[in-house]
Amino acid sequence: MTRTEPTGASIIFENVGKSFSGADGTGVTALKDVSLTVDAGAICGIIGRSGAGKSTLLRMVNGLERPTNGTVLVDGRDVGRARGAELRAIRRDVGMIFQHFNLMAQRSVFDNIALPLEIAGIAPARIEPRVNELIERVGLTTHRDRFPAELSGGQKQRVGIARALATKPKVLLSDEATSALDPETTQTVLTLLRDISRDLGLTIVLITHEMAVVRDIASQMAVIDGGHIVESGPTYDVFIQSAHPTTRSFLSGVTGVTLPAFLSGRLSKQRNAGDQQEVLRVTFAGPHATDPMLARLSTDLNVSVNILAGAIEEIGPHPFGNLLISLDADRGAEARAYLERHGLLTEVLGYVR
Amino acid sequence: MSANVISLLIEATLQTCYMVAASTILGTLFGLPLGVFLATSQRGELLSAPLVNKVLGLIVNAARSVPFIILVVAIIPFTRALVGTSIGTNAAIVPLTIAATPFIARLVENSIREVDAGLIEASRAMGATPFQIIRKVLIREALPGIMLGLTLAVVSLIGYSAMVGAVGGEGLGDLGIRYGYQRFMPDVMLAVVAILIVMVQLVQSVGEWIAARVDKRAARNRGH
Ligand SMILES: Nc1ncnc2c1ncn2[C@@H]1O[C@H](COP(=O)(O)OP(=O)(O)OP(=O)(O)O)[C@@H](O)[C@H]1O
Ligand SMILES: [Mg+2]
Repeated sequence: MTRTEPTGASIIFENVGKSFSGADGTGVTALKDVSLTVDAGAICGIIGRSGAGKSTLLRMVNGLERPTNGTVLVDGRDVGRARGAELRAIRRDVGMIFQHFNLMAQRSVFDNIALPLEIAGIAPARIEPRVNELIERVGLTTHRDRFPAELSGGQKQRVGIARALATKPKVLLSDEATSALDPETTQTVLTLLRDISRDLGLTIVLITHEMAVVRDIASQMAVIDGGHIVESGPTYDVFIQSAHPTTRSFLSGVTGVTLPAFLSGRLSKQRNAGDQQEVLRVTFAGPHATDPMLARLSTDLNVSVNILAGAIEEIGPHPFGNLLISLDADRGAEARAYLERHGLLTEVLGYVR
Repeated sequence: MSANVISLLIEATLQTCYMVAASTILGTLFGLPLGVFLATSQRGELLSAPLVNKVLGLIVNAARSVPFIILVVAIIPFTRALVGTSIGTNAAIVPLTIAATPFIARLVENSIREVDAGLIEASRAMGATPFQIIRKVLIREALPGIMLGLTLAVVSLIGYSAMVGAVGGEGLGDLGIRYGYQRFMPDVMLAVVAILIVMVQLVQSVGEWIAARVDKRAARNRGH
């Protein structure tokens, strides 16, 4: 079922701000001066802590939320200023899936997926074949006449995805669509999303607070913190070059590369008299990721290296590794220069005795 | 019990059924849209009209706080203007409908308010108009609750319809008072009460059965 007829739309946020006025007159600023471009056909992951403004940002793409300042353009159309029929037309071009699925409990799988088509005023004769096609697309052929209460979480989200695709949208929005699912089901849902993006060429924007989700399917990403976009760009670049502490903390979550507790407790930022060891984070990326660089470092410079923690994984086709090492503090500068010269990134985490 | 009394009982039962059915249908006709409106017109909701919502809410509360027997008497001029008389089954339908409407409206409002807000959000995201959301999502999702509410309303109306017997309506209440009480025929009184009990039981069971049938939330192991 490879069809490419609906192609994705680009999404552009230009200096978008959003504040909510509370009942007591106090305002909450959810987003401040956000500028972000999501390319047509891209899968863009948006990651951030709870309350960072992720949902608010996403809900502006289909006008569930209107910007207080700035402009949101979807396929060149100004969503924030669209009203009535114009806004509803944009919404038919933007599908959305939700953390808690939001399926109609009283409608069967078939009728849930048919709902957006009914709403769009499509003739029943044309709804049936379209819905059957979608049911097949998400692999629920045998569940066509079941009700949501009779489905597992993963199956419910498949219905949600089929429903979101019913009107052949150009954009698919996902607000924590896998957060209520177990890791295995999460993988199958992510695979489905990736296949859909590939086959239909539609743009996907997905919110998550799991870096692993971004790593697994996003081609570009943005990190949002306190209503600001603190980092954005191609996923791989953000992964290897991230500087912002929020990004770094998400990254150490996904790579699982953190200092052992017995060390982190003793680590000092400044080198004190008597400190012997320098602790480094070494990021392997690109062609050097699989080279035995530490072995070479030892032989070329005759420095002995302690490996404290580490992992290698893949972002899309690229290998990406993260190592925490310690070495003789007096040789630190020399060793870092050596590694940087060979295309690795290094960061001094601190010193220990 | 004489054949005469039995035919009176049958006639009165049919009259009660007629009054209850007619006022349920009319009460639903007015109460359903009113309930839907009350459930969707607070500030920021689909049909956001906070002022109208407040006013209608006050009227509904006022109507519901008038004791039924007083309502019947108080609106006699209105009833007379509407159906030309203030006695008989047709006249009784007027106060019964006026009592049923706000009652059904509140029950419908409660059922609709219980629909997950996420569904409204999802439908908005699909590009649905407020009217489509009401018709295709809210009412459909609230249907089991509305069915139980209507069952409750019918049961109350059976009781009310017996009360209008006291003020010139017809039906079982009228029969019970005229024969059972005024002519002191305890067997007629007993029969009237028995029929009312059976009617209420029947309505309750059928209502619950229908509500369960239309509800797809529980896994379907009811067999069909
Ligand atoms: N309708 C609203 N009214 C008032 N404040 C709101 C509203 N929606 C969001 N906010 C506030 O805006 C901020 C951002 O909320 P948002 O829902 O976008 O966060 P989030 O990043 O999606 O968080 P989470 O991961 O918990 O879903 C929060 O401080 C929140 O309290
Ligand atoms: Mg959120």
